[in-house]
Amino acid sequence: MSNRHLTTAVAKPTALTHPESLKNPAGPSAFAKDPANAGLTKADKVKLYTQMARIRHFEQRCIRTYQQGKIGGFLHLYVGQEAVAVGTLSVLGKNDHLITGYRDHGHALMVGMDMNSCMAELQGKATGCSKGKGGSMHYFAPDKNYWGGHGIVGGQAPLGTGIAYALKQKGLKGCCLVYMGDGAVNQGAVHEAYNLAALWDLPVIFIIENNGYSMGTSQERSTAHPGSLAKRAEGYGMDWDLVNGHDLYEVRAKTAIAVKRAHEKNRPTVLEIFTYRYFGHSMADPDKTYRDKEEIKGYREEKDPIKLWEKELLNEGVLTDALVASINEAAMEEANKAADFADASPYPTVESITQDIYWEEDNRGKDTTSRGTIIFE
Amino acid sequence: MPILSYREAIRAAMREEMKRDENVVIMGEEVAQFNGAYKVTEGLLKEFGPKRVIDTPISEAGFIGLGVGASMLGIRPVMELMFWSFSYVAFDQIVNNAGNIRYMSGGLINCPIVIRGPANGGTNVGATHSHTPEAMLAAHPGIKVVCPATPYDAKGLLKAAIRDNDPVYVMENTILYNDKGEVPDEDYIVPIGVADVKRAGTDLTIVAHGRAVITSLKAAEILEAEHGVSVEVVDLRSIRPLDEETILTSVRKTHRALLVEENKPFCGVDAQVAYIIQSKAFDELDAPIGRVSSIDAPQIYSKPLEDVQIPSPARVVEAALKVLA
Repeated sequence: MSNRHLTTAVAKPTALTHPESLKNPAGPSAFAKDPANAGLTKADKVKLYTQMARIRHFEQRCIRTYQQGKIGGFLHLYVGQEAVAVGTLSVLGKNDHLITGYRDHGHALMVGMDMNSCMAELQGKATGCSKGKGGSMHYFAPDKNYWGGHGIVGGQAPLGTGIAYALKQKGLKGCCLVYMGDGAVNQGAVHEAYNLAALWDLPVIFIIENNGYSMGTSQERSTAHPGSLAKRAEGYGMDWDLVNGHDLYEVRAKTAIAVKRAHEKNRPTVLEIFTYRYFGHSMADPDKTYRDKEEIKGYREEKDPIKLWEKELLNEGVLTDALVASINEAAMEEANKAADFADASPYPTVESITQDIYWEEDNRGKDTTSRGTIIFE
Repeated sequence: MPILSYREAIRAAMREEMKRDENVVIMGEEVAQFNGAYKVTEGLLKEFGPKRVIDTPISEAGFIGLGVGASMLGIRPVMELMFWSFSYVAFDQIVNNAGNIRYMSGGLINCPIVIRGPANGGTNVGATHSHTPEAMLAAHPGIKVVCPATPYDAKGLLKAAIRDNDPVYVMENTILYNDKGEVPDEDYIVPIGVADVKRAGTDLTIVAHGRAVITSLKAAEILEAEHGVSVEVVDLRSIRPLDEETILTSVRKTHRALLVEENKPFCGVDAQVAYIIQSKAFDELDAPIGRVSSIDAPQIYSKPLEDVQIPSPARVVEAALKVLA
């Protein structure tokens, strides 16, 4: 164990601590023939590519909309991390659920939320997925087993553990994927969730999307750990694994093992998936003080998960250059149309400010038990 | 009608609702094997088994958050906090998650969780264990807060809370746990947001909630016996929703109001009640509104002084006479 957490007086940005084996993941994936991937059809593989491309183009369109001044507040981009959401979520079944932090657009599109309502939400429009009441950090689609979209770092971990508890209590064979960033692992709520999940044998999978930086603080400056963040799971008697988040096949393979463990044994897992974000923590982060431009460039050029998947599928003869072009063109057009839809949508009404607070208030007279003044002047 | 203690009334509410709905589960520290730190949940493990009555580790942020998450999928957890003071380490789950999720999801997600436990001073346990957070929590739209003062109300409000589709926080009082009162056997609820006139009178309205209601009723007896004053005592029962009409109707009748609570005065529940009275019944008032709260300091440990810090019948009588002067 190193004492690197004590060396806080670093003069220059510290490098990422991703394991050596994950630093040059280009080339054919060792997990292509894994049982989780063996059954993928050509169409499935193209679909996975399409889903990553849609997320990428949606967010690139978001940047433009943000720069046009149409998106307020925070905008935390997922660009560079697409293989994590797409890979993990692509192995789930109908009783499997997910919950995540505020970098939540990729997961939303992957579970099938439509670009129009997602884009409109960013602009605070009434047609947004949360009627303009949640914003970028608070997307929800319970009909798609997607429970948000949570703004407070690590606060979703107990909630996701509760979802897993509810599944077990109801006798459903399912699990809950709880996504968080590397910055969340030092929050007490996360450790309390670990303990409960392990203690009560809950079907939950904690996924640390380790992009190396909790906002502007590198892992080296934020976290004392026994060699990896996931290894902390051992302290709770949980299984854990490290995953190359630039390799879609590997993400799928290792997630599938954890899902099986959850389904069959009701046991939790911690997966640390190494990934990288190309943009700042949010659009409000000028991204100039804590990491080298060269580092970003290196990831973009050599380890981009979409490019690597594209290469993999071109080699397999599943994709062609023409198909790549048409998929990207369609995704870009979909994103542009979503932006147009958001532009044309109305803002919520003033009356709506006091709606959707209480079920009982919104359903007055229908089996409600509350009386009295519930919303004050 | 059967006579039950406040503690037994709460237990009866949980038993009946657990029988009524299999989604109701009890969770908290020492609620199962230990039979409850205050024996409120005594016997429930034996009757309903470990799948419905669950001991948690001392991990409030974790298990309250877990309950919030489970409630989103339709479980109706009744979470016991050994002290509401311990909610402070679970504040993000209680306020940010339970209180905001319906709103931030545009109404897509409901959170039918109940969190209950004692929230009171007066037990000689010092500042960290004596918080009364009802005003602070009721300040957050999305949350409901009730404070029963009698066994009848404790049972009826808890049953209503468990059936409610929104988060309801039930603040009990350890000093009241042994108080006895009539509690009917048959199924009933006390609707959340309906105040109760606990004593009718004509000269002065006292508005109170929780144990302050009991204190005010004692004060009302003294005022009648020793000063010939007829006092009406309005028990809010529910802080949010708040029954403005019952407060205003009483003030329009008596034209004088004294507000009594065990909170500290700054931003207490009665600050809001005073605003409502002056805003909606200003012309009805024959005197400035009076207030009795706990003395504005962290809760003192020393027992004789803590008894001075919390409103007593004597302090209420004194304040009432000023309003009546």
